[in-house]
Amino acid sequence: MATVTQPMPGPGRTPVKGSTRVVRLLRGIARPYRNSHGVGRFMLVTGTVLVVLMLLTAVFAPLIATFGFSQVAGADGQRFMNHAEPGAEHIFGTTTQGFDVFSRVVWGARTAVTVVLLALAFSLFLGVLLGLIAGFVGRWVDRVLVMVMDALFALPALLLAIVVAFLLSEYVGGGASTAALAITAVYVPQYFRVVRAATVSAKEQTYVEAARAMGARPATIMFRYLLTNVIQSVPVIATLNAADAILTLAGLGFLGYGIQPTEAAEWGYDLQRAVSDTGAGIWWTGLYPGLAIVLLVMGLTLMGEGLNETMNPAIRVRRLIPISMPELTAAQRTKAAQVPERDRPGQDRPVDTGGEDRNSREPGSGETGKGGAA
Amino acid sequence: MPTKPELMTTPEQSAERPLMEIRDLKVHYELRGSALARLVGGEGETVKAVDGVNVALRKGEVLGLVGESGSGKTTLGRALLGLVRPTSGHITYGDLDLARMPQRQLRSVRRRLQMVFQDPHAALNPSMDLATAIGHPLRIHKLVKSKAEARERVRETLERVGLTPADQFLDKLPAELSGGQKQRAVIARAIICGPELLVADEPISMLDMSVRAKILELMLELGRDLDLTYVYITHDLATAKFFCDRVAIMYLGRVVEIGPTEEIFADPKHPYTKALLRAVPDLDPERKVPRDLPRGEIPDAAAPPHGCSFHPRCPFAFEPCGWEARDLRAMFERRWIRLGEDALAREEPLVGELTEVDAHEEMVRVRAGGRAAELTALLEEARADEPDDPLWKGVERIESDGGAVVVRFRPGIDPGLLRVNAVDVACHLHDPNLSHDH
Repeated sequence: MATVTQPMPGPGRTPVKGSTRVVRLLRGIARPYRNSHGVGRFMLVTGTVLVVLMLLTAVFAPLIATFGFSQVAGADGQRFMNHAEPGAEHIFGTTTQGFDVFSRVVWGARTAVTVVLLALAFSLFLGVLLGLIAGFVGRWVDRVLVMVMDALFALPALLLAIVVAFLLSEYVGGGASTAALAITAVYVPQYFRVVRAATVSAKEQTYVEAARAMGARPATIMFRYLLTNVIQSVPVIATLNAADAILTLAGLGFLGYGIQPTEAAEWGYDLQRAVSDTGAGIWWTGLYPGLAIVLLVMGLTLMGEGLNETMNPAIRVRRLIPISMPELTAAQRTKAAQVPERDRPGQDRPVDTGGEDRNSREPGSGETGKGGAA
Repeated sequence: MPTKPELMTTPEQSAERPLMEIRDLKVHYELRGSALARLVGGEGETVKAVDGVNVALRKGEVLGLVGESGSGKTTLGRALLGLVRPTSGHITYGDLDLARMPQRQLRSVRRRLQMVFQDPHAALNPSMDLATAIGHPLRIHKLVKSKAEARERVRETLERVGLTPADQFLDKLPAELSGGQKQRAVIARAIICGPELLVADEPISMLDMSVRAKILELMLELGRDLDLTYVYITHDLATAKFFCDRVAIMYLGRVVEIGPTEEIFADPKHPYTKALLRAVPDLDPERKVPRDLPRGEIPDAAAPPHGCSFHPRCPFAFEPCGWEARDLRAMFERRWIRLGEDALAREEPLVGELTEVDAHEEMVRVRAGGRAAELTALLEEARADEPDDPLWKGVERIESDGGAVVVRFRPGIDPGLLRVNAVDVACHLHDPNLSHDH
């Protein structure tokens, strides 16, 4: 998601040659990590580690999970015990239906990641495209689109997702794509708004007029000149929305409108099944799916906030490069002390120690100037 | 101020067909009124950014468009390229009328008409490297077959505009260049398709002093080598003198004087041109000539003055210049500034409605109630105080009409361009039919 940011190599760097695009792309990804510091950096790195762990779990789910997500019997044909406590065979225990909790959690990661990635792709595509068109074309196109998006915004997110999921389940079925589309409907307006606002201001820039003067078509102007400049604020919202989308997906599953239990393992559904277990002191069926949701949401949120901290020009604080000033030599110090007070221009206080007026002396102030420019 | 080097002498002013001919070009902008006015459907005001300009561009010449901010010079420059849709008039280029062409067809003409922008920092897409940005016109107009060919052309062009070694610049982003380098890149992008006409909109005003002359020299050199015609938009007379073959002085959307640079600088005809030339800063400490710069500011383009639009500020204005009620109001305002608050308190109630007149009228009727005689006396007093104010030349009659005072002005005539020696000037002072004593 961070790959779309534009790199801004400093002027002092050596000129890039060869496969510059790849280099720039990599630099663009690395930039937030390099420029961040303090709390921002902690959030960014922690979040990224959590997200990467979850991604790895999702990708290698078949290798990590001990059983299938809907498997209720071992290889020997023996049914698993219901509500088995965590132990050697089932490290997180089993559920009411006799599923292995650990395997459900691992497969659930795959479901969550798939749905969120699909939803992100859909809503990014739709939101960015519509936002660009509305902002660039303006007039009635803009008005109609803004009205539709505002209407979507006005509906409570979960309600909207439920309605869309319900409507789509008849045509698309109860799989991951339905859930992804339901989530898409919730998040398109956010991308639309951000991209439209950025486009409206970017299209007044001289380089857009220059593109028109060159004879570029409107589509060329939109995709070659505007897109690359308006997309920069998208990674932050995309990451934060991904966190939100996990919750929406779990909410859908919890309410029974999400992915059908026969199609994939889903944390929200598992939580819903675990509700009745809690009274009986069966804690493991609810704890582990819940923990997985918390970890993934936290990872994405931390990453998003960390990105925001380093990329949002309004709040970012750049890492300061420490400046070292050369110490005055003993000779310089005595020389400075010997100069009579009245001969020193611009000095309004008496000088008693060599150390105190160090910053007002030539070599020191010269270095400060250089350091400040760097 | 050095004059332009001789190497670029004006091409023979033969009957050769001009490169571009602008006839009666008008660009008007509708001003949206308040939300209520829009609902009611009343017509909003119109800003006449360009109001009836006639210019023929000769091939190979450098035409300067000079004027204050708001004189319409930039709008005119953009209209030449079809970036601004003219309200009426013609821009003849070859067999085409650019003023009437649909955008779709205009796009293919754009490669022969290019523009250099004022702000080089904003004119380049910040996320495009130079090779892509400068080569993009080639790809838009399908002048190259492959990326490699485009890159090769960009390399040549970069060398041409002095960004050498070109290989170092190909992959740079605009943020990595200095202002002068960016402007060179913008020029490279403008010339890469082999244009005929280059509109340069204050190309050096955002640059450091140290690189201005170099950029101008580069543009002259390119003009000579590539046979370019320039329209150079500027408010800086010094560079216009250096750079241009012909200069057109613009004021409120109109060309008030146009002619060869030497002629304009040696013998300015229009009072506005004279004032502009006097306003050029001079380093000579001996020169202490009072600079009688035009009074006031450039008027509101939404309601330009009647007749000659420069007349309210013109020290030489006389009878036919288009006097109107607003000028009388302006006279009173000047008077009150001079005489102080007492005069304002005493005289303002008398003058009353005059302060609300907005449209141009050649006659104004001020209801004075029972004090018509007092008002007439006040007008006479004002006239006696400042008999040299050109306004009084325009007042035809002051008469009492029942409870009101009517001030009649002489009919104003819109000045057209008149040929005086080698220069065309839009000023009644130079019209032998109107001007007797000048």
